[in-house]
Amino acid sequence: MADTTLGFAQGGSNNLRVRGASVVAYSGSAPKRIVTGYGFWLFLLSDIVMFSCFFASYAVLVGQTAGGPRGSQLFDLRNVAIETGCLLVSSFTCGLASIAADMRNQRWFQIAMAVTCVLGLAFLALELREFADLIKRGAGPTRSAFLSSFFALVGCHGAHVSAGILWLLTMMAQVFAKGFRADIQRRLLCFALFWHALDIIWVAVFSVVYLLGSAT
Amino acid sequence: MFGKLSWAAIPLSEPIPLVTGAVVMLALLAIIAWVVIAGYLPYLWREWITSVDHKRIGVMYVLLAAVMLLRGFSDAIMMRAQQALAFHSQGYLPPEHYNQIFSAHGTLMIFFVAMPFVIGLMNLVVPLQLGVRDVAFPTLNSVGFWLTATGALLVNVSLVVGEFARTGWLPYPPLSELTYSPGVGVDYYLWSLEISGVGTLVAGINLVTTILKLHTTGMTYLRMPMFCWTALASNMMIIAAFPILTATLAMLILDRYFGFHFFTNEAGGNVMMFMNLIWAWGHPEVYILVLPAFGIYSEVVSTFSGKPLFGYRSMVLATMAICIIAFMVWLHHFFTMGAGPDVNAIFGIASMIIAVPTGVKIYNWLFTMYGGRVRFTTPMLWSIGFMVTFILGGLTGVLVAVPPADFLLHNSLFLVAHFHNVIIGGVLFGAFAGYTYWFPKAFGFRLHEGLGKLAFWFWLIGFYVAFMPLYAVGFLGMTRRMQHYDVPEWRPWLILAAAGAGLILLGIIFQIAQLVVSIRHREELRDRTGDPWDGRSLEWATASPPPAFNFAIPPEVSGGDAYWAMKQRARESGLQNDGRTYKDIEMPRNSPTGFVCAFFATIMGFALIWHIWWMVLLGGIGAFATFVAFAWRDHDEYVIPAAEVARIDHANLEQRRAALSLAGSL
Repeated sequence: MADTTLGFAQGGSNNLRVRGASVVAYSGSAPKRIVTGYGFWLFLLSDIVMFSCFFASYAVLVGQTAGGPRGSQLFDLRNVAIETGCLLVSSFTCGLASIAADMRNQRWFQIAMAVTCVLGLAFLALELREFADLIKRGAGPTRSAFLSSFFALVGCHGAHVSAGILWLLTMMAQVFAKGFRADIQRRLLCFALFWHALDIIWVAVFSVVYLLGSAT
Repeated sequence: MFGKLSWAAIPLSEPIPLVTGAVVMLALLAIIAWVVIAGYLPYLWREWITSVDHKRIGVMYVLLAAVMLLRGFSDAIMMRAQQALAFHSQGYLPPEHYNQIFSAHGTLMIFFVAMPFVIGLMNLVVPLQLGVRDVAFPTLNSVGFWLTATGALLVNVSLVVGEFARTGWLPYPPLSELTYSPGVGVDYYLWSLEISGVGTLVAGINLVTTILKLHTTGMTYLRMPMFCWTALASNMMIIAAFPILTATLAMLILDRYFGFHFFTNEAGGNVMMFMNLIWAWGHPEVYILVLPAFGIYSEVVSTFSGKPLFGYRSMVLATMAICIIAFMVWLHHFFTMGAGPDVNAIFGIASMIIAVPTGVKIYNWLFTMYGGRVRFTTPMLWSIGFMVTFILGGLTGVLVAVPPADFLLHNSLFLVAHFHNVIIGGVLFGAFAGYTYWFPKAFGFRLHEGLGKLAFWFWLIGFYVAFMPLYAVGFLGMTRRMQHYDVPEWRPWLILAAAGAGLILLGIIFQIAQLVVSIRHREELRDRTGDPWDGRSLEWATASPPPAFNFAIPPEVSGGDAYWAMKQRARESGLQNDGRTYKDIEMPRNSPTGFVCAFFATIMGFALIWHIWWMVLLGGIGAFATFVAFAWRDHDEYVIPAAEVARIDHANLEQRRAALSLAGSL
């Protein structure tokens, strides 16, 4: 019993195919993979609460342009569409990386992660170009409260993507050096959750900020 | 090279912070020197600083809270003295210093006393009550603690390098914006709370995962001790509320560092958005603090009445109800915003509704005592003192929940009296009850009862003498945070309040004496069985202090009050240990990750406050490298052999059997 009771005691056999583990919940603690995943979900929820604050402040300040430009005068939907495409495809390749990790296929894992990384970097490059362009046109974050909240919300997402890429590269190196150990598999699970969650948040940014913003 | 930092940052012209800072530094250096010379450093490093044991981390949290309580209380007594003196005069504290003191007092007491105190107790006790060997994420737990300590350190550094915020414990804009607070004070506030906020969030995630996903055999949710339930509610609220604080302070940081316009008066910024956001965190925060205290009272009252908790299920429901309603009342902190009668009415009614589940709890505690054989030990005294005091504070809370009354009392000392009434009477009394109750579990000996009771009476009476006058001057129209005044009617009340603070000081002195005397007489106060109070939940089923693995064999639970049932079985059939088979136990290895990470976070925080950008980069790279190094290690567990587990368990069973035959009736 002791090995299932301890959250931290676990053999190397736990991989993604553990199913139905929660059925035995009350005979002791959940397996470590469930515990880690659960904890990371809680973190993601807290992160979404944080984003919701930036969304709320954007909603409050969206009309406060202080005589400056409105969203419809600034947003280039073509650029945003390409950004969205990059991010959504990167989520797909991230999913492929998860499958490769599940199959313990080093080569395809590294390829899928590398593609995810390139797409993430492309997204960031496009976003930075948009930001630089706005600032050059005198529509930087200091121009008005609307632009402050715009830059903070979109920039916060961008900061998350940057952190995600740093994490992604670390995971690539770690899998390369250590292989698909159980603890590394758990980290990959968390990374995949993180990357997909950023996609969900981007869908909200895309709809609330860019689509609604272009209409005004 | 050093950003805004120069020699001018050392307040050479202000003797009070300089002397205080120097004394604290000397004391700190003396302690470090003593630790190094006496050769305790390796022990401290191995057993405490790098420990990932939830019990050790819990103790360190409480220690941090106790030290910060002394700091926060010295601020309090300075304020009371200032207001007692400053009638038609400037008193002894210049305004810019007085403003820093009340800001630091609130910040310290909420974030670095109340929070670490309750988080420390939850860390110490919850895994024991669930019958498990550690929390879900032991290393992360250590990271969380050390980040909290980083925040506390930065606030205290502001005493001697630069200044602290003068904006109150919540930095309301536009005062906290760069235009009106150009110094580093607000930046100290912002970065210490951003860093310690991450620590708190980590602790919250860790404890929720622990409670929902780790438990011993048979420990279903509705068999958990009440403290686990309140800890669950409190930590769920941490996860939902602390990101709001992080985001709000981040917006203020963007305003101050990059000229954004979230809360400025210019370019369309919205000041009231700050109030809404900060209280969307701030009101849940008070329940984050008080719910674990409610759990402590439930444990204490039930144990010392010798009865199961009355209305367990209603208590669970009330806890969860508070958990949700707490997020729906934030606007009552600024009825005077002028949102209109309909909005104010809704929030006023919601604020009154939240008193209902709290009332349920009070009745449950009273009925638990009713018909029980009540033992008036120190933890029980704190609990009874709490019930009386908290009802009073709750009633004044319902009073200010009435918008018209609030318009009259807003920002007055009546309000100050109200929230001290609930936070001291609710949270702090609970923390002290828990400290006395679980001290023998943590250290293996009880605290001295006589001195504990003396401390309690000085605290209780001191509290009433200090804060009842503030209700009165609040009615007389005195607003909070006044550095001087010229209304003669206020003065006698303020002198009385200062006397009350003096009584509380005596209470604190008795608490320190209690600790010293108890350590000296620890052999007489030794808790040999691990069950000094005839307890009911699983933390008493193991030795005091518990071995690293908590339970040699995970206990099996078949109902509520698990340990009480075990004792009853033992009374009937004697204490068996023949059938026990021991296994090797794997435990997480210690790790300096938390400490090293907090070291870099301190560097980074300090550099951000003073705009030393290269150092920010250095701190960031260091923290990242620390995590990578941690992720790279190959062995994260060590094994305690079954023979060693058996030896430790047999020793404890011997003690229990001896106590059993001594007591006869047990």
